[in-house]
Amino acid sequence: MKKFRVVIIGAGIVGASIARILSMYENFDVVIVEKEPDVGWGVSKANTSIIHPGHEEDPNKYPLRAKLCVKGNQMWRTWAEELEIPVKWPGELMVFTNEDEEKQAREYIKLAQLNGVPGVRVVYGEELRFLEPSIGDDAKGAVYAPTAGVISPFEAVIAIVENAVENGAKLLTEAEVTGIRVYNSTVKGVETTQGFVEADIVINAAGLYADKISHLAGVELDFYIRPRKGEYILFDENIEPKPLKILHTVPTHITKGVYAITTVHGNVLIGPTAEDLPLEARDDASTSVKGLDYVYREATKLLKKLPPKSKIIRTFAGLRPEPPNGQWLIKAYSNPWGFVNVAGIRSPGLTAAPAIAEYVVELVANTYDVKLIRKGSWNPYRHDITRLSGKSLSEIDDLIRKNPDYGEIVCYCKMVSKAEVLEAIDRMMKIGIKTITLDGLKFRIYTGFGKCQGSFCRWRVAKVVSDKLGIPYYDVVVKKSSYGIGEIKILWSEKVGEENEVSKV
Amino acid sequence: MNKIVEMVCIRCPASCTLRVTIKDNSIESVEGALCPRGIEFAKSEISNPVRYVMSVVKVRGGDMPTVSVITRDPVPKDCIWQVMKMLARIEVEAPVEVGDVIIRNVCGTDIIATRRVKKV
Amino acid sequence: MKFLKYDTVIIGGGPAGIAAAIKATELGLKPILVENRDLLGGIPLQCIHPGFGLHYFREDLTGTQFITRLLDKLESLKVEYLLRAHVHSIEYIDYDKKLVNVITPQGVMRIYAKTIIYATGARERHIFEIGVVGDRPDGIYTAGEAQTLMDIYGVLPGKEIVIIGSGDVGLIMARRFALEGAKVKAVVEILPYPGGLMRNILQCLVDFNIPLLLQHTVVRIVGRKRVEKVVVAKVDENLRPIDGTEFEIPCDTVVVSAGLRPNIDLLEKLGVVVDPSTGGPVVNEYLETSIPGVFVAGNALVINDLVDYAVEQGEIAAEGAKVFVDNGGMPTKNWKYVKKGRNIRLVVPQMIGGERDVVIYARVAQPERNVFVEIPELNFRMFHFGVRPAEMIRFKIGRNILNKINENADKITIQVKPR
Repeated sequence: MKKFRVVIIGAGIVGASIARILSMYENFDVVIVEKEPDVGWGVSKANTSIIHPGHEEDPNKYPLRAKLCVKGNQMWRTWAEELEIPVKWPGELMVFTNEDEEKQAREYIKLAQLNGVPGVRVVYGEELRFLEPSIGDDAKGAVYAPTAGVISPFEAVIAIVENAVENGAKLLTEAEVTGIRVYNSTVKGVETTQGFVEADIVINAAGLYADKISHLAGVELDFYIRPRKGEYILFDENIEPKPLKILHTVPTHITKGVYAITTVHGNVLIGPTAEDLPLEARDDASTSVKGLDYVYREATKLLKKLPPKSKIIRTFAGLRPEPPNGQWLIKAYSNPWGFVNVAGIRSPGLTAAPAIAEYVVELVANTYDVKLIRKGSWNPYRHDITRLSGKSLSEIDDLIRKNPDYGEIVCYCKMVSKAEVLEAIDRMMKIGIKTITLDGLKFRIYTGFGKCQGSFCRWRVAKVVSDKLGIPYYDVVVKKSSYGIGEIKILWSEKVGEENEVSKV
Repeated sequence: MNKIVEMVCIRCPASCTLRVTIKDNSIESVEGALCPRGIEFAKSEISNPVRYVMSVVKVRGGDMPTVSVITRDPVPKDCIWQVMKMLARIEVEAPVEVGDVIIRNVCGTDIIATRRVKKV
Repeated sequence: MKFLKYDTVIIGGGPAGIAAAIKATELGLKPILVENRDLLGGIPLQCIHPGFGLHYFREDLTGTQFITRLLDKLESLKVEYLLRAHVHSIEYIDYDKKLVNVITPQGVMRIYAKTIIYATGARERHIFEIGVVGDRPDGIYTAGEAQTLMDIYGVLPGKEIVIIGSGDVGLIMARRFALEGAKVKAVVEILPYPGGLMRNILQCLVDFNIPLLLQHTVVRIVGRKRVEKVVVAKVDENLRPIDGTEFEIPCDTVVVSAGLRPNIDLLEKLGVVVDPSTGGPVVNEYLETSIPGVFVAGNALVINDLVDYAVEQGEIAAEGAKVFVDNGGMPTKNWKYVKKGRNIRLVVPQMIGGERDVVIYARVAQPERNVFVEIPELNFRMFHFGVRPAEMIRFKIGRNILNKINENADKITIQVKPR
């Protein structure tokens, strides 16, 4: 049996999911190549976190999106359980406030029928207010789709990668692809900033940069990805009321509408905007007063009482990779042989990711004549980090007796202990992360996600990292640069230019 | 010839607004001070403005990585950088007690420790 | 799990908590002090500048010197305390029985207490709370965080600094950065007057030629990996940026000094009544909150400018706890509301009984010169050369004056009147 070396470019939700599916088979030796220091730092960490039912996808215009969205929605139920990813399934309400909106909304019921999405129907008045007590007073009715879910997208990527690595995949971080080596019309490997990585098959799941990668391989030279920015507002958990269901306004032709949800972590999240940026602005995730005001205004259509602006704990923006004509580009090429595009995976990309992964692996098997052989030893399960928060006092006491580091709280807002910081660091090193970052820890254990946004806890967490890794405190990396520029006298030392002398009078 | 200078006293958080009357290059009166230190401040500010200088110094072998230090007396304003330059080259060995002299005789005063660092 | 029992649990080992623990012990109570860090002292441990203890010790001490003295007193009285102890939750069982659940590296401790003194201090407002938009690069710190890094851990956060907010913490840090050789490009303040004490404007900004940009705001932050620059604009009387006034300040570090807020999450979970003007609990003259036997002191009660006030509040709270414990609860009184009159933005306590000396802490809404601070119902009047929002007004009213109050009156008014 020939073992194919597969390099996946991009450790986002799509790349990670493909790695997981590939890791099920004996035929593949998987390496994920990621340019950031950690996984899921592109599109995957800044989106609305919705698992869509699939009734908003037109199967005539976007057959692949529609099919894989519905499939993905089903698959997430299994994946989230196997991988212990925080998820909940509240269902969603597409809220209309007038006749025009209602007419548009009702079109989605037809799509639901075409796509086989269960339970979609219109709800009005009393029933609507029973389903969602916090709904805005202007809401006339809504299209209710019970199979919608909310997931933690960055934790999903982390969990999937952990599981893929456990099953044999490898992760190479801080490795930006600079070239695709093709010889005799066959893929040979990828050139990266960490060196050349051999490959028989290269799968392009590079999100916002998938067009550039495709061009490096010499294919789809007319294909360009447009970054589409979405701004969001996140509120403190301690507010009332919080929406029980996923609420959103009726989608327009460019976007899925503005949402108001309660995230799996208990925060109210509203957004996004939908702003097309120039092609070159692929890393412009800046927020704007105009964008945030728009989000706040739109959300008042959905919620009876929007939390006051004083309860905003974070504002952020994410970019979506818009392909031309909204069509996903999923294709395995014969020339160059071994190159696969999984590009322009815009919404419902997060929802469809598990289904996209299965589809891609099947495509690879068919195109490159691979007789798939399942691994007998493949482990579908991955356990979440042991967390203090949410446990009873006696459970906490037990944990502490086994490991006193559970008794040292470093993050007060989210009640996170030193032991969790250490476990997260171990997990990061285990999957192959080279640089431990405070942001990477934040996405795993929520330190800095709370009301204080790190003003209390960041220096405490950094101390744990500095002690554990044996690196100077100022060298601890926050996201892309270090916490401090050096010791406090560094500028004076540069001025004075002499050696320190030890002196005690 | 009388000259009136207004200044804010920095000796304590009361931040009294002082009106200083200067006649023939000497201070005739100081109004607005709630305590004698304010009058002293006005006098020194006119003739020779002084400031306390505070910083931290690295400690070796202590339960904290730095010890905070301050000039025992305020030093002339132009001397501030001299003090900082001296502090840039210093490391101290634990234990340190509040009041320990860290450097003697800088700009006419000593630099003393203001925090306790125990030896570990 | 361990079960313990004390007269009072003091949550927070900063100046207010330590003072409360000392006073409680001196009064004959059995207190335990619970602190989540690995050392006692709180914020003064990192305040290396003078301005502490002027009232309490009648000396101008650095924060570090001040807290060392308090800590020495605590140790000499052999007051019990727990370090690395984080309060998980507080349960109200009965009028004089509360349960404080504490997580420590030795396990969970559940402490029964008749009274609680909550002295957990304040939290800092961060960049998102003040509505600054733009990129979210590395290099953004709150002022207190920068102070911890520099003056405890000896780490320099950056070298070209812009400080948002002219509150005292930010001004103090401006001087610290400048002394350590960094370039402080500007302090940006949205209001027409500075937020901190005048002495700090002088000795932290003027002394170092650091520009104070009043009536300006940081419109956005720019930077891919680390802060590269901020965009600043002038604001109008409604605090809105004026079109066309934008300019850039290149920098690598942004320090946010936009104010403190009482940190009272656990009390809010218990349902304590909060005063929106202080952000802290509504209290009576013993600093008891709306929850019987739960007292609050220090920055958790109201943001103080002077540590001396935090310490005084800790002592008052301990006295209150003593009254509570001795009498099986706070004696029933005819509490009178303290109403905020002209130009008073906040006042603590919000309720007074009138049988003992009371300390009043207040702040004005607008700066004014040559005014009387008065309580008309008591014929009480105090002259001030100048009052500013940044400078807390504190005065004591003797019980003899309070006795004059009309028994049927349910409120007294504190107000500012021009001379």
